[in-house]
Amino acid sequence: MNKVFDDAASALEGLLFDGMTVMSGGFGLCGIPENLILSLRDSGVKGLTVISNNAGVDDFGLGLLLHTRQIAKMISSYVGENKEFERQYLSGELELEFNPQGTLAERIRAGGAGIPGFYTKTGVGTLVAQGKEHKDFNGETYILETGLTADLSIVKAWKGDPYGNLVFRKTARNFNPMMASAGKVTVAEVEELVGPGELDPDCIHTPGIFVQRIFQGQNYEKRIEQRTIRQPEETA
Amino acid sequence: MAWTRDQMAARAAKELKDGYYVNLGIGMPTLVANFVAPDVDITLQSENGMLGMGPFPLPDEIDADLINAGKQTITELRRTSYFSSADSFGMIRGGHIDLSILGAMEVAENGDLANWMVPGKMVKGMGGAMDLVAGVKRIIVLMDHTAKDGTAKFRKSCTLPLTGTQVVDMIITDLCVFERPQKGQPFHLVELAPGVTPQEVRAKTEAHYEI
Repeated sequence: MNKVFDDAASALEGLLFDGMTVMSGGFGLCGIPENLILSLRDSGVKGLTVISNNAGVDDFGLGLLLHTRQIAKMISSYVGENKEFERQYLSGELELEFNPQGTLAERIRAGGAGIPGFYTKTGVGTLVAQGKEHKDFNGETYILETGLTADLSIVKAWKGDPYGNLVFRKTARNFNPMMASAGKVTVAEVEELVGPGELDPDCIHTPGIFVQRIFQGQNYEKRIEQRTIRQPEETA
Repeated sequence: MAWTRDQMAARAAKELKDGYYVNLGIGMPTLVANFVAPDVDITLQSENGMLGMGPFPLPDEIDADLINAGKQTITELRRTSYFSSADSFGMIRGGHIDLSILGAMEVAENGDLANWMVPGKMVKGMGGAMDLVAGVKRIIVLMDHTAKDGTAKFRKSCTLPLTGTQVVDMIITDLCVFERPQKGQPFHLVELAPGVTPQEVRAKTEAHYEI
């Protein structure tokens, strides 16, 4: 068994085809698989359905794949930071499915856990509930949501080992663990690829069974969307 | 004198009780954190995967891996924990968060909330708002009493697509506070900003409420 690859391009080799569904981890630009997104762009694969909480910004993250028109459909909860997205959506070039953020997270978790559907209160009585099965439990109404899987999941972790075990850092974890479990194939990029036994088995966030290919990424930009600070004299 | 944004946030902060786990929406609701009483110890949840959110960082503390749901850089505290989005919304949808304070475009007299989309304009998405109103124990709305064109925002029914039905427990505007004892009951006008009369509130409100 060898899961370790040299870089994004080699890790994606043989996995890509037009019209495929890709899950891409991250919240905003935090914890996104920067190297893999660039490599998807360079591969020229197109007609993608991309499942990701957000759609990047115009010149970074998934915005790069929108710019090259490689994405046909997005499944997201919030896309407010991207002008090119707005243009393509309003002109009908891009299909869009909004999911409430918790519903999106749970659909992915369920998909990875072999659960084809679940009932939730989120969205009852709203546009989100249209066309979905309604069912009452203990006097409250719930709607049926389905699990999500993908042909490929691309995720980003802080550290990983040759077995595919992953550790995330702070709020860069977000959607990455569930997406790792919901891809038919999952490719992980890590800031630091460590040797066997170097990760504490009690502190692994994503067990290696969910990761088929792994590599150490490079040139992490880790762009910040809203740089907010307080001045030293202000109290917390 | 109507309340300022800071005064509205300070009024909302009075609703925070010691030990509460709280989720604050993006925009005006984030100001509420500035007015928490010193003897009230609350824990802020950020739905991108953090419990125990600290203040904005000092310039040398900025960390790209540490942001809130508004994508702003923040800091951690000694109580902080991090988790996935699925665990985060498990807390929210599982009813473990005590209170959420959110903005609104419209609220209906039955507690319906609209705060995510205006048809015909670019729709950015609901983010976590639908999950919050469906799962959090108590929902407080912070909003201007009327829209910029003077239209009442507390209405008989919402004209905009809903975020949730019958979910709002309290409304704090620049003019007054409405509250209802429990869902299914009418809202009551419980407090006026200094110098604001019940007649002024009546004139600028479409919804039915009790005094």
